Amino acid sequence: MANDASFVEFQRVQKSYDGEILVVKDLNLSMPKGEFLTMLGPSGSGKTTCLMMLAGFETATHGEILLDGSPINNIPPHKRGIGMVFQNYALFPHMTVAENLSFPLEVRKMGKSDREAKVKRALDMVQMGEFGGRRPAQLSGGQQQRIALARALVFEPELVLMDEPLGALDKQLREHMQFEITNLAHDLGITTVYVTHDQTEALTMSDRVAVFDDGRIQQLAPPDTLYEEPENSFVAQFIGENNTLEGVLKSVNGDECVVTLDSGEEIDAKPVNVSQPGERTKVSIRPERVEFNKDRLHADAHTLKATVQEFIYMGDIFRFRLRVAGRDDFIVKTRNAPDAVRLKPGEEIEIGWLPKDCRALDA
Amino acid sequence: MLAADGTPLKKSLARALRMQKIRALLLIAPLLVFVLVTFLAPIADMLFRSVENQIVRDTLPQTVSRLSAWDSDEEELPPEEVFEAFYVDMVLAREQKLHTRLGTRLNYEKTGLSSLFRKSGRGIGRFDTDVYTDALVDADPSWEEGATWEDLFSNAGVRSALPFTASTWDRWSAVLGADGKNSSEEDIEDFIVTALYTEVSKGQGAGVDARVDQAASAFAGIEPISIRSQFADIDEDWADPEVWRTIHTYAPPYIDGYFLNSIDMQKTPDGIEQRPENQRIYLMLFGRTMFMSLVITFSCILLGYPVAWILANLPMRTANLLMILVLLPFWTSLLVRTSAWKVMLQQQGVINDVLVWLGMVADDGRLVMINNQTGTIIAMTHILLPFMILPLYSVMQTIPPSYLRAAKSLGATNWTAFWRVYFPQSVPGIGAGSILVFILSIGYYITPEIVGGTTGVFISNRIAYHISSSLNWGLAAALGTILLAVVLILYWAYDRIVGIDNVKLGG
Ligand SMILES: Nc1ncnc2c1ncn2[C@@H]1O[C@H](COP(=O)(O)OP(=O)(O)O)[C@@H](O)[C@H]1O
Ligand SMILES: [Mg+2]
Repeated sequence: MANDASFVEFQRVQKSYDGEILVVKDLNLSMPKGEFLTMLGPSGSGKTTCLMMLAGFETATHGEILLDGSPINNIPPHKRGIGMVFQNYALFPHMTVAENLSFPLEVRKMGKSDREAKVKRALDMVQMGEFGGRRPAQLSGGQQQRIALARALVFEPELVLMDEPLGALDKQLREHMQFEITNLAHDLGITTVYVTHDQTEALTMSDRVAVFDDGRIQQLAPPDTLYEEPENSFVAQFIGENNTLEGVLKSVNGDECVVTLDSGEEIDAKPVNVSQPGERTKVSIRPERVEFNKDRLHADAHTLKATVQEFIYMGDIFRFRLRVAGRDDFIVKTRNAPDAVRLKPGEEIEIGWLPKDCRALDA
Repeated sequence: MLAADGTPLKKSLARALRMQKIRALLLIAPLLVFVLVTFLAPIADMLFRSVENQIVRDTLPQTVSRLSAWDSDEEELPPEEVFEAFYVDMVLAREQKLHTRLGTRLNYEKTGLSSLFRKSGRGIGRFDTDVYTDALVDADPSWEEGATWEDLFSNAGVRSALPFTASTWDRWSAVLGADGKNSSEEDIEDFIVTALYTEVSKGQGAGVDARVDQAASAFAGIEPISIRSQFADIDEDWADPEVWRTIHTYAPPYIDGYFLNSIDMQKTPDGIEQRPENQRIYLMLFGRTMFMSLVITFSCILLGYPVAWILANLPMRTANLLMILVLLPFWTSLLVRTSAWKVMLQQQGVINDVLVWLGMVADDGRLVMINNQTGTIIAMTHILLPFMILPLYSVMQTIPPSYLRAAKSLGATNWTAFWRVYFPQSVPGIGAGSILVFILSIGYYITPEIVGGTTGVFISNRIAYHISSSLNWGLAAALGTILLAVVLILYWAYDRIVGIDNVKLGG
């Protein structure tokens, strides 16, 4: 019953380790074949647990996990044929790189010449062709990472799970590897579940991102939607830089609404998951969507008074920290364009935004 | 490279580190001294004892020096002058009660020598050599007084003319002196006069001193007495060249005799050869010790590995609790534990009773599990098990569970994942545990002593026997040295094969 639209499916999955706390609460997820899906969330939010349930090292306390349409609860891990990359790589230290790679082929009773050919191909695929004879300890972190990747792919699994595979690498290497991993995954057409707590990684690599918090998926969406249209304040806070102001919904008019901030000022916003006037809300505005050029706003747009606290020169962008509505942590970014204004600390300005850029979310 | 103030960098670094080094040294000094005094020094002493053999030379100095000219390959007795020297040495040894000790020592090499020496000590006073003294005293009664002799040997000319007598007199004076007596106030002894006779009758010292000449004329008419036949009269064994060969063989101050003995060899006039079949014991004991230690090590691995595995994979709290159970045996006395095994394993013991009750063995066919190798192996495996579990546990703790998971995700069954991935990584723990258990059991003493019977004892029990019962410390030392060497060789071999840096005692 092959079903390309839901190759991997979590149905109302729950998991508890101790019988008291649900680490995973009601997880529902459906992945088509070939998708690169990232589970993103703070540490302890249950991402690894989900991965382990999928791989078969943990059993769900409730609910069903389907792989290619059939439940996998009763299939032991070694029969699931799922490739896995572990956070610390888990390369077998007593085997050479080539032996590590040939291990999954050996246990599949593949002939020697086939094995060697596949190992070589896999090593070449991650540009580690000459390193077959080395021990994992003789490789750098990035090289170990590639070997771990090659080992997870060498037996040509249809599904690959990666648990924070780049967590131990430095920034530059990490960015490079992000690129390589996505390319490989797409070229080979494998379905990938990728776990990370690094939102940039999630945004740059994935077809879709599942934001985890508190054992639930808070939002499951493509990266751009996630960034631009966060569905709740957790996602808005967690993804990208974000300014938050708190207040009460004053009036709603279709796609637009007015929010009275706690400081008494009023702003325009777009109601996302609030609807009733009088409801408390957290509004969220991306720093790059804040305007301090009045000409670009509607004539009747609400504006806020702001005092420049700090100007941070970052090369390609300017970053200002403003005092807005009684808070000191309001950030504004502008591109370092020829006509860009450089505000000086102490300067008093007025800021505003288009209602659609300011999302009124749950408090 | 120069430091900021122009002094060489190395030097200023050394100065900076010196205080640190001194402090470190002071901190370990008490332990260092303790180890030196109570551990290294006794070991060095034992090693020394295994080759040391001063006793023959110290007790029979004149005999040994005269015997060196004797060709021990001949089927002939040593010449008369050796017996003369032996006479003097024996009398002096008997005075100091050293002859029995020498007899005991030489008895290790040739049985019967102990009683021979004891017997000779008693008989040596009854030699016929008093005729020499009588002749001398007849010629001049002052010969009876020690003072006369004291006088005589204060003359350097006499001393060099009559070296044997002079040294005999000196030794006699020293022996008396040690007893708080003065030789010049004592009566003269027959053996000194005999020494004088042997030299004077050969014309030595003629014309050097009037008294020597007087002695020569006094001795002139006497029929010489054969000291050799005097000894043969005490015991005919003294006329056996074999006895003399033994003394000759063990005369050197350092010998390999103890070591030869330890590997069931002996020195004979025809060179080194194996001891007769019925006297061989040590090689068999070494072999048994090795074999049983190996068996114990293996049973410790078999029993300890699963336990360590469980411990390493349990949550910390539970693991710690169970660890206490593992360590529990350490809290009871070794003797109690071993004796408990005696109660458990004996033929009327708990295990046999249960087996009989279950009908698995007949009442008249109760298993013999104690006072043999089985008993030793069971009890020692139990006692040494923690030494296997602890290093295994600490190594296993450092093996992340993700390795097993990785192996399974790659398609390995539980067994393959364990055998190909987990087990090789736990080998350092097995290595450390095995070294520990093997070395401990190779030198174990109490348990085999209590539950080993005769077939289950180790070489260490034999060493203890030689230390405390037979008092053959030299042999005990040689056996101990061989044991130490075996352990070191095994350790070395292990290092070559497995690599000692692969051994982990802790995470
Ligand atoms: N084997 C386990 N036993 C008990 N609790 C666990 C176990 N593994 C994870 N947890 C708990 O489950 C929660 C989620 O863990 P995890 O899935 O590892 O989160 P993440 O990978 O998102 O950081 C954490 O609170 C963690 O303490
Ligand atoms: Mg995790």
